[in-house]
Amino acid sequence: MRLTDDHRDFRASVRNFVDTEVNPHVDEWEREGIFPAHELFPKAAEVGLLGIEYDPEYGGEGADHSFQMIAAEELGRCDAAGVSMAIGVQSMMATPSLARLGTHEQKQQFLAPAIAGTSVAAIGVTEPDTGSDVSRLRTRARRDGDDWVIKGRKLYITNGKQADWVCLLARTSDEGGYKGMSQIIVPTDTPGFSVARTLDKMGNRCSDTAELVLDEVRVPVANTIGEAGRGFQQQMHQFVIERMFAAYSAVGACDKALARTRQFVQEREVFGTPLATKQHVAFRLAELQSEVDLLRSHNLVVCETQLAGEDITRLASVAKLKAGRLIREVADACLQFHGGMGYIEETWTARFMRDVRLSSIGGGADEVMLQVLARLDGLPA
Amino acid sequence: MNIVVCVKYVPDAQSDRTFNDSDKTTDRESVDGLLSELDEYAVEEALKLVEAGEGEVTVVTVGPDQAADAVKKALQMGADKAVHISDEAIHGSDAPATSLVLAEAIKKIGSPDLVLCGLASTDGTMSVVPAMLAERLGLPQVTQASELSVEGDAVKIRRDGDVASETIEASLPCLVSVTDQINEPRYPSFKGIMAAKKKPVETWTLADLGVDAGQVGLDNSWTKVLEFTKRPPREQGEIVKDEGDGGSKLAEFLASRKFI
Repeated sequence: MRLTDDHRDFRASVRNFVDTEVNPHVDEWEREGIFPAHELFPKAAEVGLLGIEYDPEYGGEGADHSFQMIAAEELGRCDAAGVSMAIGVQSMMATPSLARLGTHEQKQQFLAPAIAGTSVAAIGVTEPDTGSDVSRLRTRARRDGDDWVIKGRKLYITNGKQADWVCLLARTSDEGGYKGMSQIIVPTDTPGFSVARTLDKMGNRCSDTAELVLDEVRVPVANTIGEAGRGFQQQMHQFVIERMFAAYSAVGACDKALARTRQFVQEREVFGTPLATKQHVAFRLAELQSEVDLLRSHNLVVCETQLAGEDITRLASVAKLKAGRLIREVADACLQFHGGMGYIEETWTARFMRDVRLSSIGGGADEVMLQVLARLDGLPA
Repeated sequence: MNIVVCVKYVPDAQSDRTFNDSDKTTDRESVDGLLSELDEYAVEEALKLVEAGEGEVTVVTVGPDQAADAVKKALQMGADKAVHISDEAIHGSDAPATSLVLAEAIKKIGSPDLVLCGLASTDGTMSVVPAMLAERLGLPQVTQASELSVEGDAVKIRRDGDVASETIEASLPCLVSVTDQINEPRYPSFKGIMAAKKKPVETWTLADLGVDAGQVGLDNSWTKVLEFTKRPPREQGEIVKDEGDGGSKLAEFLASRKFI
């Protein structure tokens, strides 16, 4: 797949956005433990970042998936992963089901403002006892006339404190296991909805990751996305898109980290010569960059396959697994080659190291990717 | 309101910019170029004025083939059409010659209500083309606008100086140069990038403008770069070893440089 001048120009626009609207502010946002989503998202929307593949009728750009890949790569260059993650949630994790299966009224009410950045979205799946194993989900939506009445808790919810609505996965029948779940849009100003706490995290500190409580929250049945009872399957589709975001953005993040480190080792002198003259240092950086190049190539195949409308479960899971592991190696090497300075908070490497640790946990842990892949290979994992 | 914005294609300030050894003109080959960042403010201001009312924004640039990139960016931001004047004979033109070509191009475009320019180009940084252009077009000119509004047939600007801010009015048509304080230029969106591909770009030569090649170019410019030298590399800073008197030594250093 060849990228065109249009991709190059869009990349330049997104990079300019990241360099101007995000990176100068991240130190402050990290200190405060939150970034101003309602200020930043309308600016992201101006570039078209929040609805790249969505229908222009609702304010989307109507672009193909390759532009989503470019955007995600560039968002990886945010100097705090909490911001890129939040934009990723808005554009590739909380809204794909709505855009694909939502009714016209739902899209007008919820998708259009999300694309415009005037409303903030979150995805509510994980619960205190339910992470990777979604079959243990306990949040229950009981039908009462034309309403769902929802009771449960959701944990580790990105954008949780600032969200205007949550794409919630809840049980709508007692079938158990993977059956009888539904995706329901829950506006956060609905009585009974509350944010129990924002979570103090190791990394991604500027992201308002929260625990949500739903206590007899009443929303119209009309807020059900797609088909009631098919929520798990719909959410799995949304998860696969999330894996692509993780893999695409890792390439941008790794490229930037390695470029910064290459520059540093050429300037930093040790025993009278630049650090870059040590073969171990140069070879390690070259090797990591070559692996990033391979991931980039693989991502292009993911992108092409998605564009062709074919099943990408395997390709996206491979990409997510590799991205999570590679970015952690890159962060470790970059910090190591910065020496003592790299361990200090004022050097970018320290935050980078903390932020990227999530890559092998969030959006489906490495072990979940391995389970998916093992099963695709016919093993009873 | 019809607005013409003059924009320039300049070497990327992030790159290692230099001059050609042979004719001492700006090297536009070995580094990437882009729309001068200071001109983006003029484009943005024009777009805001037209969006608030009606009319169209035409961008005009003088430069080599690659300068098409500068007008493309302006079109992606939202300008309606563009004119690119490209002619081998223009190579090496100084500010008076450039202003002549721009003036003839603007006359050919029509009679705009407003001509907008940036504060200066980020390569030549002469900041004189707007004044020369106004003179050639016979337009009133107001410079360094950090605010701009159009009321009836007049334009009102704020011009911030070291000791005072002036509010200045000029009758339309006129020429205004704007500063980097006037707005926040927008980023081209995906839709903007796609829309720009369908917008008209005319490429004109000197012959199209009726400008004689003998009035422009390196040989006919009023000014010449005689020589250039690279800025010397930054010197190593002075390292003071603290042997119990570090504070005093630091104070002495600051005093010697008259910082304290």
